[in-house]
Amino acid sequence: MHLVLFFIFGGFCVAGALNLLLQRHPINSALSLIVVMTSLAVLYLLLGAEFLAAVQVIVYSGAIMVLFTFVIMLLNAQREERTHGSRAAYILGFPGAAALFALLTFIFISNGKSLGFAVLGPDMVSTSQLSSVLFRDLLLPFEVTSVLILIAILGAVALARHHEPHKDESKTQGKER
Amino acid sequence: MVPVSYYLILSAILFSIGVGAFLIKRNIITIFMSIELMLNAVNLSFVAFANYWNQINHQFSGQIFVFFVMVVAAAEAAVGLAIIIALFRTRKTLNVDQVDLMKL
Repeated sequence: MHLVLFFIFGGFCVAGALNLLLQRHPINSALSLIVVMTSLAVLYLLLGAEFLAAVQVIVYSGAIMVLFTFVIMLLNAQREERTHGSRAAYILGFPGAAALFALLTFIFISNGKSLGFAVLGPDMVSTSQLSSVLFRDLLLPFEVTSVLILIAILGAVALARHHEPHKDESKTQGKER
Repeated sequence: MVPVSYYLILSAILFSIGVGAFLIKRNIITIFMSIELMLNAVNLSFVAFANYWNQINHQFSGQIFVFFVMVVAAAEAAVGLAIIIALFRTRKTLNVDQVDLMKL
């Protein structure tokens, strides 16, 4: 059962990632990335991370991908054209990625015996266990992330705001001085 | 029963596809999406190792790492997409070959 679910959703993951690589229109890539992220949530659940599975669906395939599709539609992104600069990337990119994959797979297979098996059920990490670690031992990093998100919001608003040229120049110059 | 190494190999596959897409794609939004794919692949390996450690000595710090990676990825996506919008306003293009101001 576990093995069957792993192969079904792992296959979805790989198929979605390959589709992201092969599609030339950004919106198709974004939709296939949603497939990858949602099937990764199922794999998290198989590995006993129930909270992370929920967060993966809500934050990644919910919030972040909505932001991506929103930006693609806002900027009216067209099919990407083949350019001269992409040839070097083709020559170097595929062998490099294949070499990386071969190296990682070799390491994982040669050490696979000592890593053991993932069993469905007994190793479930409940949300209360996770939160007791997060809010007791790691409270300071958790609070720092909230500051990080606040700064990210301010930065995003400042970057994406539509400037009026005259006002803005005087403002930035004033800041620099 | 699935060997933990299968999950790690799947994560290696996803990461390699992410690296390949990052290198050959020319659209800045797609490049950004392949970065997200690589982050997800690393998250999968974190969760797999957390499962392994949880079996041995009931530690699951890997899942905490994944939580923080997700927070940083969300912040990064917001700021990155704002930068892409600002870039598109000034350059009127999404092709990275035409945005080469800092290239030698």
